[in-house]
Amino acid sequence: MQITEILFWFLTALSLFSALMVVFSDNPVHSVLWLIMVFIAITGHYILMNAQFLAIVNFIVYAGAIMVLFLFVIMFMNLNKETEPQKNIWLRLAAVVSGGVLMLVLIAALKDNAGAINSIKGEGSIGLIKNLGQVLFTEYVLPFEISSVLFLSAMVGAVVLGKKESKSTVS
Amino acid sequence: MSLIPVNYYIFLSIALFTIGVVGVLTRRNAIIIFMCIELMLNAVNVLLVAFSKMHHVAAYAMDKATTTGTEGQLFVFFIMVVAAAEVTVGLAIIVMLYRNIHSVDINFLNRLKH
Repeated sequence: MQITEILFWFLTALSLFSALMVVFSDNPVHSVLWLIMVFIAITGHYILMNAQFLAIVNFIVYAGAIMVLFLFVIMFMNLNKETEPQKNIWLRLAAVVSGGVLMLVLIAALKDNAGAINSIKGEGSIGLIKNLGQVLFTEYVLPFEISSVLFLSAMVGAVVLGKKESKSTVS
Repeated sequence: MSLIPVNYYIFLSIALFTIGVVGVLTRRNAIIIFMCIELMLNAVNVLLVAFSKMHHVAAYAMDKATTTGTEGQLFVFFIMVVAAAEVTVGLAIIVMLYRNIHSVDINFLNRLKH
C-alpha cells in the first residue's frame, strides 16, 4: 500500500466521519466545526488529485469565509444550546431509510465505471493556477464577469434582507 | 505509481451526498439544514474534480501537452462562486426569520402560508 492510497483512505474516513458528526451532533456550533473538518478533508482530496488552485480556494472560501459566516450567525443568534426539538421518531426513521435507498440507487447506477486517477506524482498540471487562469480569462471570461454581477446582487439582497425595517413601514 | 479507481471517488461522493440528504430530512434547525446543503454541493464538487482528472489522465497518455479536463475544474470554481452568493442571501433570510419569530425551527415556518 503506497502513501497516496493511505492518504486517500485516511481522508475518506475523516470526511465521512465528520459528515456524520455534522448531522448527528446536537450543538450547532459543534456541527459547524465538524463541517470545517469535512472541508479540510475535501481540500486534502483536491491536493491528492493535484487540483491545487481548487484546494486553496476551497480552503479559503469554504473553510475560512463561509464557515466563519455560519459560526458568526449562530453566535449572533445565541443558538449554541443543546436543546433542539427533535422530529418525530418515525419521520426520522423514514428519512434515514429514504436516504439509504437513494444511496443504493445511485451506487447501483454508477458502479460500473472504469478509469483511474493518478495521484499527485507526475502527470497533470491542469489544476495549477497558470492553466486555469488562462482558460478562465479567455474562454470563460463572460461567465466570470456575470458572476461578479451575481455577487453584487447577492450583496444588495443580503443588505436589504438584513436591514431593520424602519418604524414608518411597520404598521 | 499508484492509481486510485474513480469508483472510489464516486462512492465517497455518493456517501457524502446521502449524508447531506439525510441531514436535511432529519434536522429541524434551519442553519443545520443549510449546512447539509453545503455538504451536498461539496460532494458534487469532489465528483467533478475526479472526473476531470480521469479524463485528463486518459488524454495525457496520447498527448503530453493536453489540457483536457480544465472545464471540469472551472465548473467547480463557478459552483463555489454561486455557493458563496447563496450562503450570503440564505443566512440573511435566516437572520430575518429569527428576528421575526425568534426561532430557527423550520416547523414554525408553516405560518408563512398565512
